[in-house]
Amino acid sequence: MSEVKLHDMGDIILETRGLTKHYGGVHALEDANFILKKGEHVAIMGDNGAGKSTFVRQITGVEQRTRGTVIFDGHEVDFKGPLEAREAGIETVFQTLALADHLDVPDNLFLGREKTMWNWLGPFRRLDYKSMRADTMAALEKTGVKIPNIRNTIQNMSGGQRQCVAIARTASFHSKLTIMDEPTAALGVQETAQVENIVRTLKKAGEPLILVSHNMRQVFDLVDRIIVFRRGRICANLDIKNESFTGEDVVSYITGAKTGAEYEGVA
Amino acid sequence: MAEESHGVGGLKYDKSKRSWPGEVNILFALIIIILIFEALGQLLPYMRGQSMLFDFNTNRDGTILNIARIKIIILQVSIIGIIALGVTQVIISGGIDLSSGPLVGATAMIVMSFAQTELVNGQLNPKAVFGAWAFDLPVLIPVIVGLCFGAFIGIINGSLIAFTGIPPFIATLGMFLICRGIAQWWTRGQPVSFPTESYAWLGSGMMPVVWFLLLAFLFHIVLKFTVYGKHTYAIGSNEAAARMSGINVRRHKVMVYMIASMLAAFAAIILSSKNLTAQTGMGQFYELFAIAMAVIGGVSLTGGRGSIIGTVLGAMVFGVIQSGFTYIKLDAFYQLMAMGAIIISAVVLDQWRQKSATAKA
Repeated sequence: MSEVKLHDMGDIILETRGLTKHYGGVHALEDANFILKKGEHVAIMGDNGAGKSTFVRQITGVEQRTRGTVIFDGHEVDFKGPLEAREAGIETVFQTLALADHLDVPDNLFLGREKTMWNWLGPFRRLDYKSMRADTMAALEKTGVKIPNIRNTIQNMSGGQRQCVAIARTASFHSKLTIMDEPTAALGVQETAQVENIVRTLKKAGEPLILVSHNMRQVFDLVDRIIVFRRGRICANLDIKNESFTGEDVVSYITGAKTGAEYEGVA
Repeated sequence: MAEESHGVGGLKYDKSKRSWPGEVNILFALIIIILIFEALGQLLPYMRGQSMLFDFNTNRDGTILNIARIKIIILQVSIIGIIALGVTQVIISGGIDLSSGPLVGATAMIVMSFAQTELVNGQLNPKAVFGAWAFDLPVLIPVIVGLCFGAFIGIINGSLIAFTGIPPFIATLGMFLICRGIAQWWTRGQPVSFPTESYAWLGSGMMPVVWFLLLAFLFHIVLKFTVYGKHTYAIGSNEAAARMSGINVRRHKVMVYMIASMLAAFAAIILSSKNLTAQTGMGQFYELFAIAMAVIGGVSLTGGRGSIIGTVLGAMVFGVIQSGFTYIKLDAFYQLMAMGAIIISAVVLDQWRQKSATAKA
């Protein structure tokens, strides 16, 4: 990671310039220029294969980009892996949940950053179960998720409960940027509502979010801005809070019937 | 302790619906096996109504228990039990350690050569490995040498598995042969004998049991209440998630294998001290017996699940069966067959239990 401060980015938390990813001859992502302001919630939409997940993977360090620049929190960054991105403050809820099935909820929430006592014992320092449990209860109460006993192991929980734990885990890190890749894809109505509640608490806390979603209703409910991807390129940047866009508008951008004025001739 | 709710979203947790911990099942199994042997004692004509664990008639110890037999049962499993404590951690982390048996042999040979006494019945020690400098060393020296050798082998095991990505089965199988080789090469096959008095004390009498229970208690605490333990479970449960959470999975694996090998080395110290000699073949099948104890005790070979209490109970099941067969005067080959059947059924039963537990949720 470059330690050189490029310039004062002001209220910009993440910027990509000319971000490009080729898989051999396949141009999955082409010249993506994107800006996310602090506290802003942005949705990324697009058809399957439009480049949404590819875009996210370049930012979170899961893959290495072909070219382009990523500027995060004022620094040009080049994450070697998702762990580096997480350490820099980018928290991602992946489609495949990163939970340990045999551990209970507090263990999963605090995995890798346990609250401990007797730290002079090094790797054998004592876990502060009581405090982790209390924090877990507090974090989960906010989300509206229903879990009868947080000391149950994850393997005994429903998909929605698992997803809520995964997201609550992400939210409780107080990261600089949260990315969710289709967090409600496999969930029922109630469970989706719980996840959306967590997103709203992030908004209230002023924490920026990138949400990859196919759910039009959800996107219009939750975010400030929609970025539409088509065939590996950004084809629209819709400020849905200040201008009147309808779901149909967004669909026409996704399918290619319309292209944003500033992106004419690109996609 | 104050009543504490662990439910969120207005849900209360019904304690009466809680399924009991898996260790209770093993305790039941242990009791059932004991009852079977007791019944056989009553039913088999040639047993003439003897009891395995109870002693109603003579009452030598002031209790109704046959203390002598119980002592033997625990004593004969404690040394392999010490190895099983380490194997338990390795299996919980999603690995396997096949090298512990031969490591016992190799460590016993090496350690004993640093624990020899100079004069045996007024004569120079006939089994001396080194020169005069190695006679009558303080007991700490052989112990430290042994633990260092164990740590060294464990670090190699762990590093191979963590950094080259070869399966734990292969890495420790290789180490299995290497350690057998070391054991034979050390003295060209000659046994090493006649330790100092203080070294002989380490494994004398009921000392193996004391060490076993002390270490079991220690590692129970370590696995349940420390970061090391939590990460061991996490890695066995979902290695990718553990890595994503910032756990240094490689370093942790090296540490797990190192601790397991150090426990095996300690078992070698106790065993050689108990036998007052070290032979190249020592520890044969110990790796398998240790794995069996862990598996009977509910440690899941796919990782993420198991406990030290389970393994200790598994060791007890192992010991009761062993001495139970001797007690009903059946030959050793029946013992082996029964042991094999019990290991298989332990895993089958455990899998059924896991399936039904998941189905309920």
